[in-house]
Amino acid sequence: MQQLVTLLVFAPLVGAIIAGLFGRRIGNVASQSVTTGLLLLACGLSWYTFGQWTWGHMEPFTVAIAPFINIGDFQSAWSIRIDGLSAVMLVVVTTVSALVHLYSWGYMAEDDSKPRFFAYLSLFTFAMLALVTAADFMQLFFGWEGVGLASYLLIGFWFKKPTANAASIKAFVVNRVGDFGFALGIMTVFWAFGTIQFAELFPLIADGASKTWTFIGRDWPLVDLACVLLFIGAMGKSAQFFLHTWLPDAMEGPTPVSALIHAATMVTAGVYMVCLLSPMFEYAPVAKQVVTLIGAVTALFAATVGLAQNDIKRVIAYSTCSQLGYMFFAAGVGAYEAAMFHLFTHAFFKALLFLGAGSVIHGMHHEQDMRKMGGLWKYMPFTYAVMTIGTIAITGVGIPGVFGFAGFYSKDTIIEAAFAAGQTSGYGLFAFVIGIFAAGLTAFYSWRLAFMTFHGTPKWGHDAAHHADDHGHDAHAAPAAHDDHAHHDNHGHGHDHKPHESPLVMLIPLGVLAIGAIAAGFVFVGYFVGHHENEFWRGAIFTAASNHVLHDAHNVPTWVKWSPLVVSTIGLLIAAWVYLLNEGMGARLAARRGPLWTFLYNKWFFDELYEATFVRAARFLGDVFWKVGDQKIIDGLGPDGVAAVSRAVGKRTGQLQTGYVYHYAFVMLLGVAGLLSFALYQWSR
Amino acid sequence: MTGILSLITFLPLAGVAAILLLKVLGQSGERADSATRWIALLTTLATFALSILLTVRFDTTNPGFQFLEEIPWFAGLSYRMGVDGISVLFVLLTAFLLPICILASWKSVDKRVQEYMIAFLVLETLVIGVFCALDLILFYLFFEAGLVPMFLIIGIWGGKNRVYAAYKFFLYTLLGSVLMLAAVLTMIGVAGTSSIPELMRYEFADWLQPWLWVAFFASFAVKMPMWPVHTWLPDAHVEAPTAGSVILAGILLKMGGYGFMRFSLPMFPDASTMFAPLVFALSAIAIVYTSLVAFRQTDIKKLIAYSSVAHMGFVTMGIFSGNVQGEQGAIFQMLSHGVISGALFLCVGVVYDRMHTREIAFYGGLVNRMPWYAAVFMLFTMGNVGLPGTSGFVGEILTLTGVYQASTWTAFAATTGVILSAVYALSLYRRVVFGEMTNPALAQISDLDRREVLIFAPLILSTLYLGLQPDVVFNITGASVEALVGAWRAAVAG
Repeated sequence: MQQLVTLLVFAPLVGAIIAGLFGRRIGNVASQSVTTGLLLLACGLSWYTFGQWTWGHMEPFTVAIAPFINIGDFQSAWSIRIDGLSAVMLVVVTTVSALVHLYSWGYMAEDDSKPRFFAYLSLFTFAMLALVTAADFMQLFFGWEGVGLASYLLIGFWFKKPTANAASIKAFVVNRVGDFGFALGIMTVFWAFGTIQFAELFPLIADGASKTWTFIGRDWPLVDLACVLLFIGAMGKSAQFFLHTWLPDAMEGPTPVSALIHAATMVTAGVYMVCLLSPMFEYAPVAKQVVTLIGAVTALFAATVGLAQNDIKRVIAYSTCSQLGYMFFAAGVGAYEAAMFHLFTHAFFKALLFLGAGSVIHGMHHEQDMRKMGGLWKYMPFTYAVMTIGTIAITGVGIPGVFGFAGFYSKDTIIEAAFAAGQTSGYGLFAFVIGIFAAGLTAFYSWRLAFMTFHGTPKWGHDAAHHADDHGHDAHAAPAAHDDHAHHDNHGHGHDHKPHESPLVMLIPLGVLAIGAIAAGFVFVGYFVGHHENEFWRGAIFTAASNHVLHDAHNVPTWVKWSPLVVSTIGLLIAAWVYLLNEGMGARLAARRGPLWTFLYNKWFFDELYEATFVRAARFLGDVFWKVGDQKIIDGLGPDGVAAVSRAVGKRTGQLQTGYVYHYAFVMLLGVAGLLSFALYQWSR
Repeated sequence: MTGILSLITFLPLAGVAAILLLKVLGQSGERADSATRWIALLTTLATFALSILLTVRFDTTNPGFQFLEEIPWFAGLSYRMGVDGISVLFVLLTAFLLPICILASWKSVDKRVQEYMIAFLVLETLVIGVFCALDLILFYLFFEAGLVPMFLIIGIWGGKNRVYAAYKFFLYTLLGSVLMLAAVLTMIGVAGTSSIPELMRYEFADWLQPWLWVAFFASFAVKMPMWPVHTWLPDAHVEAPTAGSVILAGILLKMGGYGFMRFSLPMFPDASTMFAPLVFALSAIAIVYTSLVAFRQTDIKKLIAYSSVAHMGFVTMGIFSGNVQGEQGAIFQMLSHGVISGALFLCVGVVYDRMHTREIAFYGGLVNRMPWYAAVFMLFTMGNVGLPGTSGFVGEILTLTGVYQASTWTAFAATTGVILSAVYALSLYRRVVFGEMTNPALAQISDLDRREVLIFAPLILSTLYLGLQPDVVFNITGASVEALVGAWRAAVAG
């Protein structure tokens, strides 16, 4: 087993190195085959590991690969930690990654740097596997930043596009803001508990729970402080409120990337970390409240913004952001299992929606504006079918106690857990109310997307200005931003402008994910959050003795069980009313540009706010420090001042300053030697 | 193995002698220049080989000085050499970077080649001498004399404003030197010995320690350089030839950090404790301030120079943190920065050799014609940003961890450097490498040639290897650092 999981983790790295370094020499097909093949291998091994864990009664174990940083108590190692949590993540990561690799054969067919693309995808997968199998904070951080690097490289994959470059830097920097907290959290843990290894740390937490800790001049409850700092890292990686601004922009990357990194895997790393650290969070009541609050606010915020967006990918991006909020408030109320379950099911249906959107974009010759779509169901029946499945899954359709799509089981568990927590805590209640409300919004924007894209009258083709106008990226895209379209121009012109169904290599991954979106909830609900929950997790998730939230979630009143379905049906009906039955009503509403619409369309003006504060402040301070601090004050008082004086003196005393550097050097040497010999003489007398 | 330190230190002078012999024989012109280059390369490679031998033979369990040499000189002074875990890797770093510098200057330097190579070889002797010297006077001689060749390298082979830069460099360091000399003489007078190991055991009076500390600080702070005596560095870098920048950033800056660890901490422990808050404050300011300044630069080299100041801020706060994590992190950060910043200056050199400008605005879209260059530059940019997996990360996280124990405020402020470094480094990379290639002057720019690949290969391997297996460094430095920290704590407690 040890060799198998080692092979599993390193297979994508091998693929990345081969495709990255030798891609040009071995060619496109070889690069794609190697990376995809190794990913399929990793995927197979992951399912085998998961199977062994779930049904084979495998014990948790850790493979030690090599030492990493070891100084005093600061001990870390390269290792592969296998337990319930990492087993789930292995499956999620490698499955989606393998499918995305496969899908990219079709989606990236016209791109001229395919080896680089596949190398990045595989590199990302390796970093993500390193993250989920880490046994200490250093490897966790390595994976954490490694996926950040891959994300940066892939968002900026079309490096000629200024918007893509800007988005990639934004993603990296905002994540670094999160890492700021993350790093301080690790330091706090280290000095408070004397270890950064999870296995050593977790048993110590209970003793630390009552301690206070002095940090930047204030005393804080120790575990709360550590957890909040670490959670700031999670907020960055998982695009939570305040640190969410990078995720929508990250849609500049190729769509398979959005599916893999910015929907199914990397952005869930924050959720994973909170669940992994459940032995800490369980002793951090304040931190859990913070997590609940931020998660709930994000769930609502992102859902509202998603209502007003027109770019198909951005709608799904905000949807992701919102669903991540659900996962966080689930963890925050103590239902880590539900958070992980939603992470698991979400990976399937969100990857499905993204890849489906990619199929639409591909079929529409790189059109992303939903206002220029419509009626596509006839031209892309398979894509239409799977997208509908994905939409049903995300809106959580299902009949309690009978059957439902994937999202039904996981999201309802979260909402029920929040309700259960709400019996004793205002934060839980807050999360519950928002969870219900946002479920309605989710249904609305998800069905809006489906209706605008696949139903109604076609708004493409008879649009003469279509080409000259713009390919409708989105409102902010600069004219120069369309290189990815240029990449595909010969493709676009090869056909008349009729949309077309995507090739089989893209449809197969969609089909697989659709099966997941249908069945992942039904099949696994018993293991993740149901009767087999304890045997399934086997200690990987820790819940305090007083934490019964998951148990209570199963015993909520019937109206709570039914309410998500009711609100999401309402969302569906409104969406159908506006976008299906009264086509054009949505456009008319938007055209009025009411204050609410403007607020939502502009994403609550977060970008403008940050631009006006942080970005401008950094520019301003940089200029002031440079031109005033360095040049005027330091240099003016220092060397330049001295120079001015010495020039003045030099003019009077003759031409001491000849301007030749040799003379300086010579004088310097003489001076040193003279001083030394004088001193030596004095001393040895 | 006795005598190996002197051999390593003075071997480069044999190369100087050979070059001078060429000159005496009246050889000049293209062939003599070529011979000179080869002599310099082979000499530095031989020195590097010897320093590898030194590192391999180094006893990692012994915290004290090894490979000791002592030859009585005159007037009670002795020629004393020796290395411990703190210094031995700096010898290796110096010997590692010098052949790279020679190779980097292979084509770009074509005037006064003989003098140029002599300057570099002499510089190597003096710098290695700094790290090996165990006598205070000897140290001082190496330390100060090392400036002269650097000064000449900037002043003669530098850019347009070279005289101003050399002058500024000179003025700052002179100030430090004078104060340090006074301190050196006082110490010898008071303790009655110039032996560094003996001085480390000597307890200087409480009233004297702060004065001596400040005097040494003046010199080392300028060398590092620490805020606010850093403004000579960007100018010096901008004017220096590429190889000069590599040495300057890669090695000369480390003499300051080394000095703190060799002198300030063990000899003035009480004063070090007393002044640690000052160092923390200056370090934190340096990190935030210079990172923001770096962000606004329009000259590639200036940007990297400012980022060097920020990175040295991590070193100084690590040194004064007073725990093994901080000290180890500081040493590691210095070694790592030696490799990464050296490599970044070489990256600038690659495009400067081709286009003769360092203006960021001139470039853009280089990846279109220089994919391998883009990959190499990306790797070192990430190293500079401190991405885990590169050596840059290890030093940063350890110095931050170290200083956290001493001062959470400092750790808090310094950790913002993690954000800011991403801002300036990635925006530089974007402006130079990404985007469309719009400047027609760049249309024929060529990717890395073989010589350049040869230069970068060892730097890439070191960056990654040290980033993934940093323990190789900590195993060597460990015993000496433990001893250093233990002695400091004991002295402060006692």
